[in-house]
Amino acid sequence: MNIIVCIKQVPETTDVRINPETNTLIRDGVKSIINPFDMYAIEAGVRLKEKMGGRVIVITMGPPQAEAALREAISMGCDDAVLVSDRAFAGSDTWATSYTLSCAIKKCAKEFNGYDVIICGKQASDGDTAQVGPGISTHLDIPQVTYVKKIEEVKDNSVKVERMTEEGFDVISAPLPVLFTVVKEINEPRIPSLKGMMRAKSAKILVWTAKDIDADPKDLGLSGSPTNVVKIFTPPHRTGGQIITGDTSEVTAKTVGLLKDVITG
Amino acid sequence: MNYLLTDEQKMIKELAHKIAEEKIRPVAAQHDKTEEFPWEVIKVIAESDLFGLFIPEEYGGMGVSVMNLCLATEELSRACGGIAVCYAASALGTFPIVLYGNDAQKKKYLPDLAKGKKLAAFGLTEPEAGSDAGSIKTTARKEGNYYILNGTKHFITNGGDAETYSVVAITDKSKGARGASAFIVEKGTKGFTFGKKEDKLGIRASSTMELIFNDCKIPAENLLAKEGMGFIVTMRTFDMSRPGVAAQALGIGQGALELAAKYMRQRKQFDKPISSFQGLQWMIADMATELEAARALIYSCARAVDAGEKDIGAASAMAKMFASDVAFKVCDMALQIHGGYGYMKDYPIEKYLRDAKICQIYEGTNQIQRNIIGLQTIKDLGK
Repeated sequence: MNIIVCIKQVPETTDVRINPETNTLIRDGVKSIINPFDMYAIEAGVRLKEKMGGRVIVITMGPPQAEAALREAISMGCDDAVLVSDRAFAGSDTWATSYTLSCAIKKCAKEFNGYDVIICGKQASDGDTAQVGPGISTHLDIPQVTYVKKIEEVKDNSVKVERMTEEGFDVISAPLPVLFTVVKEINEPRIPSLKGMMRAKSAKILVWTAKDIDADPKDLGLSGSPTNVVKIFTPPHRTGGQIITGDTSEVTAKTVGLLKDVITG
Repeated sequence: MNYLLTDEQKMIKELAHKIAEEKIRPVAAQHDKTEEFPWEVIKVIAESDLFGLFIPEEYGGMGVSVMNLCLATEELSRACGGIAVCYAASALGTFPIVLYGNDAQKKKYLPDLAKGKKLAAFGLTEPEAGSDAGSIKTTARKEGNYYILNGTKHFITNGGDAETYSVVAITDKSKGARGASAFIVEKGTKGFTFGKKEDKLGIRASSTMELIFNDCKIPAENLLAKEGMGFIVTMRTFDMSRPGVAAQALGIGQGALELAAKYMRQRKQFDKPISSFQGLQWMIADMATELEAARALIYSCARAVDAGEKDIGAASAMAKMFASDVAFKVCDMALQIHGGYGYMKDYPIEKYLRDAKICQIYEGTNQIQRNIIGLQTIKDLGK
């Protein structure tokens, strides 16, 4: 079974600050990590391989330093790694990114003899869009299941998974190949092993440019991105809210009154 | 300070650090309270290959390196000295087999210990034989192809939870220290049971138990080296393991220093963070400097052991004695910096002081270490 895991290198969000003048992230001195949701995707991929056999190919699109994220993924048990990197990708929105990744996955299919499952984290901690996974499946024209919290059953040509919803979960069957996005409930990512870290250090990382993946230049980067960023701003801090004091009947009466005001406007 | 670690050593440090922060620190207080053995952490350490650091590659390990073992133990101990010793004590129990086991013994026992599938423990101390290890009373009597063990060991770290025990017993009382021999005893052997589990001041995540041998019959092939080699096995084992105890102490001290430095920037008195007071800055300076001196001594000693240096006894004793004395002092100062809060169990620092204390006592009290260092120094320099 060939499993492809798509990951993204992101700034460690606990450290991120925004430059109030330019409205951009201050990335200086901020550590880069694998997007936390993608860690669950890696773990899901490696567990699937351990159960079914096969290989896990991890892909990221990003600048050359994103190689560190790929090596970390190898240390956790991924077998091969692809860095899709080209200046032409700069300024990609989720549409252009998912197009680029879908081209890379098509090339992967040629290099590694097809694919059965593609796994992505549900969203990235920096952009929070949750659009790239579904975008990839659309570009590849394969089924997608988002917010997967459990892979119940995998057969030669189909899967059964649990998909988390606000009310509970759906049980969904899908034919292969299929794309999942996973939520943190699916597993607990492993700590790498020392042997894995050693393998990761010397592993060969494939680096593919726009030309290598046979992508149409007009669909890449800024020119291939229909999204227009109108404004970026830091949302105002929430104020502390209103604290209602008094004995129980007083508090209840006041609360009901306030709620009535809200409902009736 | 840059200790010119190799890439592999940097990885070991990074990996052990990650385990300490993500898997040990969150559960340290709980294990301290309940005294439950931290199997869930041991499993993570096992899967990370760190149990392989004290076992040769041909037996499934990562190659024997005291330096690597020290780096791992130091990092794990930063988060919890009690959980870290469950790991380090397995090294102590394994060294006799690594050093003196024959090929068959190594093949039988080391692969599972390297993978962390089983833990090891070392059984020397007895109720009447602590610092005076020569007075042990447990006997091993040869009968045909077997040895029959009788006696009681106590204060055995990993006792009960380990599967593989290296045990020292007297085979010939008339020969004194040359009458002791070392054996491998498996948990579950008939006649081998466990006594009481100790209720301890610190390192409460680790188990400390009595081993009771009552006509315990073990195959003669479980003898390590030869009859009469028991104390040589023990001394050489301690030479290898003392830097590890030193590293445990260092890690506990380092963890306490980090907690103190963080606390003093948050805690405000007289309208200022207490880190702005010079008196406390000087305390931190002494703590940091002494820990760094301990680290330099431990790493030098560990590297000498790995390089095959023969007369390592005094250096190994110095590392253990100095690092554990420094660690206890540093934990005391770190608690002092926390003031009244530091005395409360709501804060993690009091546990560091309790955990640090044992490092001055086990694997030879620091007074015994001073005996070793003193005698060796006089012998070397007094000619």
